[in-house]
Amino acid sequence: MSAKAEIEIIERYCKGCAICAEFCPTKVLEMDAFVVKVANADACIACNQCELRCPDFAIKVHKL
Amino acid sequence: MAYDYEKSIRPGKLPHIWCPGCGHGIVMKGLIRAMDTCGLEKNNTAIVSGIGCASRLPGYMDFCTLHTAHGRAAAFATGVKMAKPEMNVIVCGGDGDGTAIGGNHFIHACRRNIDMTYVLLNNHIYGMTGGQFSPCTPTGAKASTTPYGNPDPIFDISKLAIGAGATFVARTTAFHATQIDKLIAEGIKHKGMSVIEVVDDCPTTYGRRNKFRSVVDMMKVLKDTAVPVAAASKMTAEQLEGKILTGVLYQEDKPEYCAQYKQVIARAQG
Repeated sequence: MSAKAEIEIIERYCKGCAICAEFCPTKVLEMDAFVVKVANADACIACNQCELRCPDFAIKVHKL
Repeated sequence: MAYDYEKSIRPGKLPHIWCPGCGHGIVMKGLIRAMDTCGLEKNNTAIVSGIGCASRLPGYMDFCTLHTAHGRAAAFATGVKMAKPEMNVIVCGGDGDGTAIGGNHFIHACRRNIDMTYVLLNNHIYGMTGGQFSPCTPTGAKASTTPYGNPDPIFDISKLAIGAGATFVARTTAFHATQIDKLIAEGIKHKGMSVIEVVDDCPTTYGRRNKFRSVVDMMKVLKDTAVPVAAASKMTAEQLEGKILTGVLYQEDKPEYCAQYKQVIARAQG
């Protein structure tokens, strides 16, 4: 499966609340200590849920 | 391209000061999207707030903003709207600011049906001042001033707004991110007082004291307790116990205050 979007993470803004990783339907995101990282980029379905629910403006979903 | 939120935010203001997992950021994003949908411009929009975590919101927004005294946001916003009826006025505030300290101003803004959009972020607590209980702290919940549990019943903000005379009342939660901007956009388009209650989470001063293990747990509770109005009509009172209704709860058309006041001025001038 190829990724439907490219996820950009602005690490300076991320506070590690883990909302994005928890509610990602295809488990693309994972917590790496206190910052989120893209662990499984290919599984992204471009649903935009992580960007919508990030309270810290730290995630940008660029649709491909 | 990803959504460009930063065009609506004052340069250099991010990262914001809200705690990790605080839903206020989600609501702010929703507000930005709603304002874009309605085509509000920076020079014809005033965002007014009082004091509190939620009232920090206008400080980040690159619009005309007014940060006022505790609870007085609705009163100042009424002043802005009366002086410049062509402005789009949006008020942001928390449950403590809006329904306790500013409760009087809130109900009277609703009663007048003045054309403004009140986004009330209900996080069940006074977060910024140290976690004191607010009128929206659930019965039995712990706060810094109710360490043995809060004995008070809660205010239902939406019912209060409807009872006081607001003509557009809607509720959603911070979890339901796409609904936030839809409801706020409907509220902005509505001519009259619109109240959008967003049930929010406060992981730092409310969650920790009330045995929520994490922000994610608080978000799951918001997800599980929200019931859309349409679905609720098919549910029994027992099934609705402890649930919160989401969606547009009330809407009607009534004369708007600025228009009414214009007529008063015309009569006075003969």
